[in-house]
Amino acid sequence: MTGHLDCQHLLSSLSDFVDGELSPELCREIEQHLNECENCRIVINTLRKTIDLYHHQTEAGGLPQEIRQRLFYRLHLEEFLSRDSE
Amino acid sequence: MNTESISEKSLNLEALKNGDRHELARMVDLYSDKIYRLALKFTNNPQDAEDVLQETFLKAMRALPEFEGRSSLSTWLYRIAVNEALMLLRKQKPDLRLDTPNDDDEPENTPLTNDLILADWCCLPEDELLSEESRRFLDKAIQKLPATLRSVFILRDIEGLSIRETAELLGLTETNVKTRLLRARLFLRQELSRYFGERLKEWEQK
Repeated sequence: MTGHLDCQHLLSSLSDFVDGELSPELCREIEQHLNECENCRIVINTLRKTIDLYHHQTEAGGLPQEIRQRLFYRLHLEEFLSRDSE
Repeated sequence: MNTESISEKSLNLEALKNGDRHELARMVDLYSDKIYRLALKFTNNPQDAEDVLQETFLKAMRALPEFEGRSSLSTWLYRIAVNEALMLLRKQKPDLRLDTPNDDDEPENTPLTNDLILADWCCLPEDELLSEESRRFLDKAIQKLPATLRSVFILRDIEGLSIRETAELLGLTETNVKTRLLRARLFLRQELSRYFGERLKEWEQK
């Protein structure tokens, strides 16, 4: 672990870094720090993984039939209910 | 949202604006699933989410004749849904304010490096990370976030909107969105590290 200030500084740019929104110079600086600092590496990796898990967590599978049915009745579109949901 | 704009092309906007019921039904089928899931994330309650879903389309159908197409139809529907969800949350918690001033200036908002949990759980196998139990934990963790942070995280990281779109939808500045996003992400990383850190210990003992 290098100087504490570096880690603290990195923490505040963390979001921008994982989103790839930092300038190339700053990115290089951070990457260099990551080479030397295992703790920050763990924080970055687990942060990325956290975002990744949430992003892929949304299950597809369509709207539950009862909910679709109630929705169509509420909107007075029940005549179109028989159509398969797309 | 990119995938949606492709399917959106198949909708006839003129027909929608003229109240063509067949076309409206197609619009509902195209977006209701996404909107319901978004509402479910915001409210964490199936009944509330269904209310949001119904109100969203009721309002949309009323407002469609005035829809000017300045944003895409999906963004427009999203905006209505987000407003509905926030309105509902505010009704349940009247002190909820999304635009609370100076919440970004508080010093305790940036955690210190020494407080961070440093378990390297990334190497856990997928079936551990994606188990039913893990999913439930993820859901629980996100509900612990205050609504001000949760809404930013949902739109940006779960729904994949850009910072600008998120800011626009929530009526916040981009800087505000970024600050909240960082706090939400760090909070969730910490929660997940606590949870998966334990799994990691168990797994390593196997």
